Amino acid sequence: MNTLFGEKKAKAEKMVFKSVDEYPEAPITLGTTLSNFTGDWRTFMPVIDESKCIKCYICWKFCPEPAIYIKEDGYTAVDYDYCKGCGICANECPTKAISMVREEK
Amino acid sequence: MPKKVVSGNYAAAYAAKHARVEVVAAYPITPQTSIIEKIAEFIANGEVENLQYVPVESEHSAMAACIGASATGARAFTATSAQGLALMHEMLHWAAGARLPIVMVDVNRAMAPPWSVWDDQTDSLAQRDTGWLQFYAENNQEVYDGVLMAFKIGEHEKVNLPVMVVESAFILSHTYDVVDMPEQEEIDEFLPPRKPLYTLTDFENPFSVGALGTPADYYEFRYKIAKAMEEAKKVIKEVGKEYGERFGRDYSQMIELYKTDDAEIVFMGMGSLMGTVKEAVDLLRKEGYKVGAAKVRWFRPFPKEELYELAKNVEGIAVLDRNFSFGQEGILFNEAKGVLYNTDAKPIMKNYIVGIGGRDLTVNDVKAIAKNMKEIIQKGKLDREIEWYHLKR
Repeated sequence: MNTLFGEKKAKAEKMVFKSVDEYPEAPITLGTTLSNFTGDWRTFMPVIDESKCIKCYICWKFCPEPAIYIKEDGYTAVDYDYCKGCGICANECPTKAISMVREEK
Repeated sequence: MPKKVVSGNYAAAYAAKHARVEVVAAYPITPQTSIIEKIAEFIANGEVENLQYVPVESEHSAMAACIGASATGARAFTATSAQGLALMHEMLHWAAGARLPIVMVDVNRAMAPPWSVWDDQTDSLAQRDTGWLQFYAENNQEVYDGVLMAFKIGEHEKVNLPVMVVESAFILSHTYDVVDMPEQEEIDEFLPPRKPLYTLTDFENPFSVGALGTPADYYEFRYKIAKAMEEAKKVIKEVGKEYGERFGRDYSQMIELYKTDDAEIVFMGMGSLMGTVKEAVDLLRKEGYKVGAAKVRWFRPFPKEELYELAKNVEGIAVLDRNFSFGQEGILFNEAKGVLYNTDAKPIMKNYIVGIGGRDLTVNDVKAIAKNMKEIIQKGKLDREIEWYHLKR
């Protein structure tokens, strides 16, 4: 299998504590930081227009999180659970296939 | 039990050795240096096993290394003074926030400028809000006992907080005195190996420490520390009592009371100056003054309940502060007064700023303070709330 093709990160469960007693004694995150859904912080969301995409994967390489993955069909997609909306992908895309859209929450 | 004639600093080093510390990271600073020198000597002579000494390039790194070591489950120790402690400040928050029971000896030294290496409590008291427990030692024996108890208290399952054991620059650190040290087997029984809350070396269950606390979660972790501090009061009393039963020196009181049962005037203070005060109390008693001494051993957690019990039965409290919070008053005075505000105990309280920057406090000074307090109580009115006692007028 072509190692270039990634999967969306394993689905993690967001840790929600209802009462103070449910919290661990020390500020540790069990498992990994996967449960830390940094996508909450986003104001602008990247939207990929596949008709303009030339599959150069520059967005995938540049994403610092990395919140961009490559689907089986070769196009890139955004994992919105972790995309902070930094806009690097949109800035770097040579064909301007990615636009940053203000997100309605 | 073996007795040794050691300086306060060597007492601290021996206590760390006897507590079987596994990691020591420190940077030399006067007057702390000889603690670390002695520990290095133990390692060089092959007197200790499983002790890793980490030479670092600053106090900030020393505390960072201790945090890393403690997070893997090791028993970590360091020591510092004044400017070094100030440089550690950021990391002190980290140690307490991550709930790591590191033990540190701070040799109280005045902050610069002017450059000073002499005794002053402002350096450690400036760290009071970091979440560290603070123990103030009166003599070399208390430095030794304090370090051993600090590990047991800090590592207690209900506490998990770092502890600072504080001694006076030169008055204790470089002055030799007889220190009674229990046998290693007895200490091992008192202080078993640490059972950490979590260890970074648990590769089967990976986790991240202190990653990010959003407004949704940060608050609860702070509450947990506040609760652990309250629990620490009970643990301190238990461990202090156990220490007394095992080794003959009882530390079950967070405030050590000396001849306060029928006292009208009580001198309150912390650390080495209370030795002088006790001596003065004995002499004043012979002169017919009903005086006593209350030595605050633990400044964090603050012994509110014990202070209230004391204040109910006395007419005046002279708080001797070897420290000052600029723009306000002596720090112990400020805390003690605050505790009593919502109670019905309202003794007359006066703040004497003494001994700052190593200025000597003599028995005659304490006698003069007693006379001043006596006058105030007779008049029923304070002449002034804060007195800079030694000021050249």
